[in-house]
Amino acid sequence: MSPASIALNRFGYGFSAKAGAGGKAMDDPRRFLLRQFDAFDPAPATIAARLDTRAKTGEMLELLRRLRQDTRALAAMEQGNAPAMAEGMADEMRGDNPRAAALAGLPPEYREKLIDARRVLVDDIAVRVNVTLSSPAPMVERLVHFWSNHFSVSVGKPGTQFEAGPHEFTAIRPHVLGRFSDMLKAAVLHPAMLIYLDQFQSIGPNAPFAQRRAQRGGDQQRPRGLNENLAREVLELHTLGVDGGYRQADVTELARALTGWTVPGIGRAGRFAQGQPSGAAFVALVHEPGGRSVLGRSYPAGEAGQALAILDDLAAHPATARHIANKFARHFAGDTPPPALVARLEEDFLRSGGDLASLTRTLIDAPEAWTEGPVKFRTPFEWLVAALRLTGTDTLPAQRVVGALTQLGQSPWRAPSPAGYDDIAASWAGPDALIRRVELAERIARNAPQDGVIARAEAAFPGALGEGTLTQLKRAESGQQALALLLVSPEMMRR
Amino acid sequence: MTTSFDRRSLLAGSLVLGAGSMALPRLAFAQGAGSRNLLFVLLRGAADGMAMLAPVGDPGFEALRGASLADYDSAPRIGSFFAVHPALAEIAKSAQAGEALFVHAAATSYRERSHFDGQNLIETGGTAPYATKDGWLNRLAALINEGAPAPLRALAIAQAVPLALRGAAPVSNYAPSALPQASEDLMARVSQLYAADGELGPLWSRALETKAMAGDDTMRNLNDARAAGELAASLMRDAGGARIGMIELGGWDTHANQRGAFARSARQLDALLAAYKAGMGAGWADTMVVVATEFGRTAKLNGTGGTDHGTASAALVMGGAVRGGRVVADWPGLADAQLYQARDLAPTIALESVLAGAVAEHLRLDPARAMARLFPGRSDAPLTGIVRA
Repeated sequence: MSPASIALNRFGYGFSAKAGAGGKAMDDPRRFLLRQFDAFDPAPATIAARLDTRAKTGEMLELLRRLRQDTRALAAMEQGNAPAMAEGMADEMRGDNPRAAALAGLPPEYREKLIDARRVLVDDIAVRVNVTLSSPAPMVERLVHFWSNHFSVSVGKPGTQFEAGPHEFTAIRPHVLGRFSDMLKAAVLHPAMLIYLDQFQSIGPNAPFAQRRAQRGGDQQRPRGLNENLAREVLELHTLGVDGGYRQADVTELARALTGWTVPGIGRAGRFAQGQPSGAAFVALVHEPGGRSVLGRSYPAGEAGQALAILDDLAAHPATARHIANKFARHFAGDTPPPALVARLEEDFLRSGGDLASLTRTLIDAPEAWTEGPVKFRTPFEWLVAALRLTGTDTLPAQRVVGALTQLGQSPWRAPSPAGYDDIAASWAGPDALIRRVELAERIARNAPQDGVIARAEAAFPGALGEGTLTQLKRAESGQQALALLLVSPEMMRR
Repeated sequence: MTTSFDRRSLLAGSLVLGAGSMALPRLAFAQGAGSRNLLFVLLRGAADGMAMLAPVGDPGFEALRGASLADYDSAPRIGSFFAVHPALAEIAKSAQAGEALFVHAAATSYRERSHFDGQNLIETGGTAPYATKDGWLNRLAALINEGAPAPLRALAIAQAVPLALRGAAPVSNYAPSALPQASEDLMARVSQLYAADGELGPLWSRALETKAMAGDDTMRNLNDARAAGELAASLMRDAGGARIGMIELGGWDTHANQRGAFARSARQLDALLAAYKAGMGAGWADTMVVVATEFGRTAKLNGTGGTDHGTASAALVMGGAVRGGRVVADWPGLADAQLYQARDLAPTIALESVLAGAVAEHLRLDPARAMARLFPGRSDAPLTGIVRA
């Protein structure tokens, strides 16, 4: 690959037929990338125009809580909703018959909520894709999606459908060129994450609320204690990494510190909620009293601030720097990232105090990120966005976007685990995946301008278009077929 | 129906290991898998073995799981000690028919509590996370392929090949798609486009092969577990079909409100296996299904009616020739002091021994050799006596 092709494809989302080749800008590929720092818009109009749906989250969770006490409604929900296949769990997204059948058995008020939730989610996915297609800073959009996957949430859990979009738009996007600690606090303490990893109903066993309930001989069905799911994933996935040197006791202590962090508008304790900048709520009555000790460091009693202080220290921990450097390098420079690059990124992260603009500049400056051969197999999302940019499709109906991503196996905010979607070729370069890309490519090519395919191929992969691909494009029986072939060419599959 | 879960019977089983392997009908490597089929079902998210197969006979169970005790009131029993979760009704019937065997309190050598590391180990068969790059099912395929005239077909019914099946032996994957088929002309041209590509070329050939095998299924996705089970059977029952299959089921990470969530996932598993068994028809006699999960969950319910990441869980072996109707366990007990780190069901059987023992007996491989190849670096002997002699 030429440096120009690397700047476009390895760092960005490929050539855009609408925006043109970048012209002279491509003479200096590094500068072409650095200029995108300024061109990036953290709050584009499409996102700003999105309706505030926060109240819907609390309503849905409250409704669920009420329905859980009604055994027949509960049975209907357990029978119908949320199929358990690993791929596409709780799949209320697909517009086919099983979905309709599943919905039919649900209590009507819950059914309406699910339909509403799906509409909001589909619109948010379309916003994500359309913002990317028209962005003047595709490399920075890649950063948004990288970090969003690092702080993965999944819409498989009821209530998160309203929050997954806002999580990326407000907790990730504004921070991708800012400080890691700010992103960490915003992303972990956002309602989407608090629901996804069960934090919102975790209660300190010695908190006033739990004590009072115990005295009254509380209801067995009601949540009444600690849940350590979020605490564990913060340590394992978001900060230190699995070998980062924490123990079970650190998990439990962090879980205690996180008690009180919940979602506004739910529960009896909700009246006492204090609104937080992340959109979450803090309920002091539910917070486990007392000081904490995490990784050998002591934290005094401090309500909402206790978790914030621990998160700040986790963000600055050397193990976090190593963990982030590894993932960042893997995303841009290969499935097995060059150790020299990892070391450089780690050093930058520590020196700059987790300044993500600095980290990105170090990546762009690193020779290891510019090695000639392709180093990554494009994920389905990367491939689809690149294909739409290449064909000049800049807006797509929301349903089509979601349908395509679902069929390709990488719908946003639906990763099968809190670790997010895999970032290695072995997870994406499979026989079935190739068939799906070919099927979709034919469909995209049918609806796109089909002229000048060879010129477009040369602009998309400047100085990097293989002879074999060129021959096949020239032999194609039509512009449409040539375009479909270009969309699935080896050049297009890798970056 | 018999129950053998005491320490003595298990020890006895281990002691006769040598004799057991000699007693196997034939140790053939060159003949390949013949017409025998193996389906591996991985339950992702750490399925709760104590919910799957509840130790209702243990006096500690009620204290830990009082809230879910009612679920097992009229649940099918295996012996007097264990009750099968009511959502696993078809599996329980297979157990009663002597074709399904549970193993309890089993765990891999992994003792931390990360899903991702745990899944990495149960899929690679390695002893340290991420140290082994290929999967144990792939190595199993490779072992059978050695000296065989043609490599067997190994297939994941999934949109992506799971790690357990990744590696040097050729594998394919398939999942129903809602996309319109591409034109034949385009498909042919893609073959030319990829012909010289060392990675895309072979992947594409396998894609075409599997697509032809699947024919024209009418499904649009894998969400319907029953249909997924039927699909798996349709891809495995014919002479030219896959001999090794793998399918994944999620929804087991029940941190909160476990009763509903577990029942929902269990019904999916039950429907999948029932449909698969029915779909295999006469081939069921030569088929084995192995179901396992990365680790278990905490013995006690947590503060939100769920369970957190734990250690030992249960596994299931089903098949026409399985010596079923039993629970194999060296039951560790549920008293505080008997729990692993005072919180989890303690592991007393190596899950690797179960997996290696089951597939070796079923596919007529030397158990020790299978163990060394699939799960290297273990000192445990493979479990024996899984298949009827």
